[in-house]
Amino acid sequence: MDDIPFRVLPRLDDENRFFWTAGEGGVLRFLRCQACGYYLHPPLPRCPECGGRDVAPEAVSGLGEVYSVTVNHHSWDGGHEPYAIAIVVFPEQADLRMTSNVVGCPPEEVGIGMAVQVTFEAHDDVWFPLFTPVAASG
Amino acid sequence: MVSALHTRGGERLTDFERRSVISGIGQSAVGRRLGRGGLDLTIDASLAAVADAGITLAEVDGLATYPGGGMGGPGFAGPGSPEVQEALRLNLNWHSGGIEGAAQMAAVHNAVLAVGAGLARHVLVYRTVTESSEQGAGGRQGIGMGGLGMGGGGKAPKMGGSFQWNIPFRAYSAAHWLALNAQRHFHEFGTTSEQMAMIAINARRNAGLNPQAVYRDPMTLDDYFASRMITTPFHLFDCDAPVDGSTALVVSAVGHAPNVDHPVARVDAIGSALRGRPSWDQYDDLTTMAARDAGAHLWTRTDLTPADVDVAELYDGFSFLAMTWLEALGFCGKGESGPFIEGGERIALPGELPLNTHGGQLSAGRLHGFGFIHEAVLQLRGEAGARQVPGKTVEVAVVANGGGPIAGAMLLTREA
Repeated sequence: MDDIPFRVLPRLDDENRFFWTAGEGGVLRFLRCQACGYYLHPPLPRCPECGGRDVAPEAVSGLGEVYSVTVNHHSWDGGHEPYAIAIVVFPEQADLRMTSNVVGCPPEEVGIGMAVQVTFEAHDDVWFPLFTPVAASG
Repeated sequence: MVSALHTRGGERLTDFERRSVISGIGQSAVGRRLGRGGLDLTIDASLAAVADAGITLAEVDGLATYPGGGMGGPGFAGPGSPEVQEALRLNLNWHSGGIEGAAQMAAVHNAVLAVGAGLARHVLVYRTVTESSEQGAGGRQGIGMGGLGMGGGGKAPKMGGSFQWNIPFRAYSAAHWLALNAQRHFHEFGTTSEQMAMIAINARRNAGLNPQAVYRDPMTLDDYFASRMITTPFHLFDCDAPVDGSTALVVSAVGHAPNVDHPVARVDAIGSALRGRPSWDQYDDLTTMAARDAGAHLWTRTDLTPADVDVAELYDGFSFLAMTWLEALGFCGKGESGPFIEGGERIALPGELPLNTHGGQLSAGRLHGFGFIHEAVLQLRGEAGARQVPGKTVEVAVVANGGGPIAGAMLLTREA
């Protein structure tokens, strides 16, 4: 498809594979402490909140909110511009956030506070968790 | 005031900083695409710094650099310390090079620690870049793109480690990571592009008085807004200018100061704290970044206050970063840097807080942190020529390096 941009792929390993392949099942997953419930992102082998070693991937709702956004105009990778890079925060936990792209609307329409939901873009064996406005995806 | 502080240095054993002075400084040619090797430039800067310190190469017994050899993308690292030791045939008691620490000036902090601990008496410290020559053919890369072999749609290597959390989302550059911080600052505090532009315009105004600066033509607000958008809110003129050049300095034991035939910069305090998550996007407060921690830490290690500072040399790899340093160092309140710099008079050379008097990295060139240290020392010595802060003797200078999760600060005082 022409509208799928060039992307640098993550190098999958035993620590991150659950995250980058979760989209195959249509869900967004983060590592979660099974003792205290704290979400760990990026993944860690030990819960920094309670010290628990029992951590496992769990699905989240995939709903989020744009916490900050920048619209890139410069050509870095031979792909299409402009595009929106955002930090998305999640209702599941106050400090649970990730950098991603907001797609599915003109990038200049992406604003701080916009409600978004996860969508996935597949490249090889990786499903990139991207976000699209809740309203636009109906 | 300042000399009284100095006499107190021996009374507080924790104040290792005041056992050191920056006894000499040196700089190579600085420019766009000089076409000279990094080691060649480093030798020029080092020989100048050693001579300025009033010593010989045989007296140099310590060597430190940032970021160490082989790090980062093309032209980022400069030569590693073993290469410089070999080239200058130094006999060392202590040596160090590395990228992890309180920003670029961590190499200076380390030298101050080594001198304070008695491991060395004269530490040569340098930072060398050849980013202009080495990026020249292919255009500027994001700092996260070093070695990716990108462009033209080719297959890039896969990304592991912390960069896997931003680069696969086409957030390749510190421009992207820090634009997200700036956008949040704009949102929370009503900061404007017109305000941020004053960092770039002030830098250009000062660069016009600096013969070593790479961009010296006057810049207006219209020029600023006419520069192309890189990633909102950063225009091209919010981004620093890659150059080739080397900056060196000698950190000496304070007892050496009387042997030097010019004033020296006494190290009064360093700020090296990092208290949030060390990450570009996971740090707790996007609007302050780690500058908050290093800035606050600095003032816990001195009796001086922001009101004592005569000149501020604050990292401007992106214009926004200088604003966050103004807040982090307490020159204005959190979120108030926009109104603080509005109109630009306060931060101009004759203003209440002259800022980035050499032109910063935005206009003097990206010497990557060390250009600010070099300029602070010149100002303290009264040797900054046409751009010397007018109307007062510069007694206290603050220097800050870094952005995002990388931050270091240093307070320097004049010792005549």
